[in-house]
Amino acid sequence: MMTGSKDQINNIPLKEKLITVFKENRNKIIGEKTLFISEIRQKAFENFKKIGFPDPNSQTWKNTDLKKILSEDYEQLFDFSTEGTNVEEIFQCKIHNFDTYIVSLLNGWYVNSGSQISTMPDGTIVGSLAKAIKEFPELTEKYLGKVQKQNNNFTELNTAFSQDGIFIYVPDGVEVIKPIQMVSIINHDKNLLVNYRNLIILGKNSKLTFVQCDDAINHNSSLTNTVTEFFLNEGSNLDHYKLQNLNNNSGLINSTYFKQEKNSNLCTNLIILNGGIIRNDYKINLNGEGCNSEIYGVYLMDSGQHINNQVYVDHVKANCTSNQIFKGILDEQASGVFNGHVLVHRNAQHTSASQTNRNILLTDEASINTQPFLEIYADDVKCGHGATVGQLDKEAMFYLRSRGIGEKNARMLLMYAYAAEIINKINIEALRLRIDDMVKQRLRGELSVCDKCILHCRKEDEEINFDIDMSKV
Amino acid sequence: MLLNIRNLHVSIEGKEIIKGLDLSVNNGEVHAIMGPNGTGKSTLAAVVAGKEGYEITEGEILYKGKDITVLSPEERACEGIFLGFQYPVEIPGVSITNFMRTAINEQREYKKLPPLTATEFLAKMDEMKKLVEIQSKLTNRSVNSGFSGGEKKKNEIFQMALLEPTMAILDETDSGLDIDALRIVANGVNKLRNKENATIVITHYQRLLDYIIPDFVHVLFEGRIVKSGGKNLALELEAKGYEWIKQEVERMS
Repeated sequence: MMTGSKDQINNIPLKEKLITVFKENRNKIIGEKTLFISEIRQKAFENFKKIGFPDPNSQTWKNTDLKKILSEDYEQLFDFSTEGTNVEEIFQCKIHNFDTYIVSLLNGWYVNSGSQISTMPDGTIVGSLAKAIKEFPELTEKYLGKVQKQNNNFTELNTAFSQDGIFIYVPDGVEVIKPIQMVSIINHDKNLLVNYRNLIILGKNSKLTFVQCDDAINHNSSLTNTVTEFFLNEGSNLDHYKLQNLNNNSGLINSTYFKQEKNSNLCTNLIILNGGIIRNDYKINLNGEGCNSEIYGVYLMDSGQHINNQVYVDHVKANCTSNQIFKGILDEQASGVFNGHVLVHRNAQHTSASQTNRNILLTDEASINTQPFLEIYADDVKCGHGATVGQLDKEAMFYLRSRGIGEKNARMLLMYAYAAEIINKINIEALRLRIDDMVKQRLRGELSVCDKCILHCRKEDEEINFDIDMSKV
Repeated sequence: MLLNIRNLHVSIEGKEIIKGLDLSVNNGEVHAIMGPNGTGKSTLAAVVAGKEGYEITEGEILYKGKDITVLSPEERACEGIFLGFQYPVEIPGVSITNFMRTAINEQREYKKLPPLTATEFLAKMDEMKKLVEIQSKLTNRSVNSGFSGGEKKKNEIFQMALLEPTMAILDETDSGLDIDALRIVANGVNKLRNKENATIVITHYQRLLDYIIPDFVHVLFEGRIVKSGGKNLALELEAKGYEWIKQEVERMS
């Protein structure tokens, strides 16, 4: 139970420690004074000092045990050298027919055996955000921290402390054929607090597929506080996938911001397979007419895992559509929160917005707190929302069993079918098959955390079988 | 004797639905169970298939000489019992192909047989598709999801064809079918008929029995079989209605 008041949480040692750490490492953290970023970091730090961590009794945090993750003692790495680290030695992506351009982070720092940042023949820039800030100050300054200005505690913390992350810039009119896959690994002998930041910019009429597998971790307790900003300029298309598969000691605060300009299209899939405490803040800002957003999520939690998904869709301009489906299965003592908020501004006429959250609780101890919420100020709109919490369909169970399928497999088949609605929305076939495979393993209880995650560490010699045989589900 | 039901009493939530039912079915026979609505026809089918929520307060159900009431629905299925549902359940996300392959292989595992390979399974599926005149594309779709009434019932017969049960119980398979679908469903049943298996056809109307010729017709009324006869009994019922049976029952009691 959370009993702390705002003062209590802000007096917790972690906040005080972070303030001290910032002061002691100020020069390292804020960087060269000539860079625009140093001022941003300093401001964010001052703001964090003022607002601290979120009030545990606030609307979106009250059902999440924030104290649990804030009570650990974490180390931070401010001058971590990844030089000489060979990416190939850390992991190897073994998804068949999944040809991607891989960028990776180790403990929040960009790792690449080659250069820190590269410009492709088509003009696309991919690499380290720290490097991009130095080499492309005009680009980064224009976009970094500009998505949505608001006092989000963890985003301020991230802005103050984050040093590196992934930077992608797709020039106007460029379609990046090969998906870019970002992999983040945390591997350290102490408990780490990692703040990293990604900035992804899609130029006008450009196209990008971006896969984030940013949460594969060893078994230490760690807290990852990550912020990703996406800018979808006019007519651009982003196909985005995010996979979360963490150990049960891990905390992950993931804030993802999308800013969409006129006629841009977003399709984002969030797939959560494991994690101690995960909080996802998705904020989608439809800032131009004719935008479309497809926002999908699936979460499969068990033991004492906790998931908190916050989805905020901001319909600022007219003639936009957003479609949101989040589905979850909670087993054992797992708990979850879903807060969906669709805001339709007065001028956002002809908005079409839908919001759905469905949950299956497999035990009496599992719980979900779901609150879909529409806030509509325009009068000519089509909006709908719905939330359900239930058990597996008993009639369907009997139907399957009456054909000879055992109870356990019938349950799994139904759970799989339930999750498949979201999995089937993955457009890249190789990735869809792999995730499909992972979901099946997860439902069978065979998916442990890092050894069976989307990445396959080189030491892992097990071959992955991609044949789907439902008779083995 | 394949199925032997003796003095069966069944309650749902304390309310007695079946009140001392006797029924014997031998291999190779087709039995029709008719009767007005709400007399326990579907309850009988569900109880034999093992659906939860039904309490057997008295009597026994022997299948191949063994008490099956202790078996789970899946065990009964593996022993050769099949229930054709009156209202087949929609299961979005599970394709018929995967559903049936899983079911067949679980049944084979129960019988200690090796699983069918994908090729063997597909060949078998093609064969049965022809037999029950089911459209190819239907099997790639999710189970019953968005199917028309006729498609759902055809799908039940298709599943029956694939699973090759010994004792099939078809619960109002004819309800909601147009005459073409009815003929296809009946043809499927007739083609699957052999000396070893048996079928119980539960129906409200005589119409289906023009296509599936039963060896025996039973009238279920107020939880008991009150009259049994040959196929002509069905015609008599069609002509006279159920009122006549009701009066006969009242006279006897």
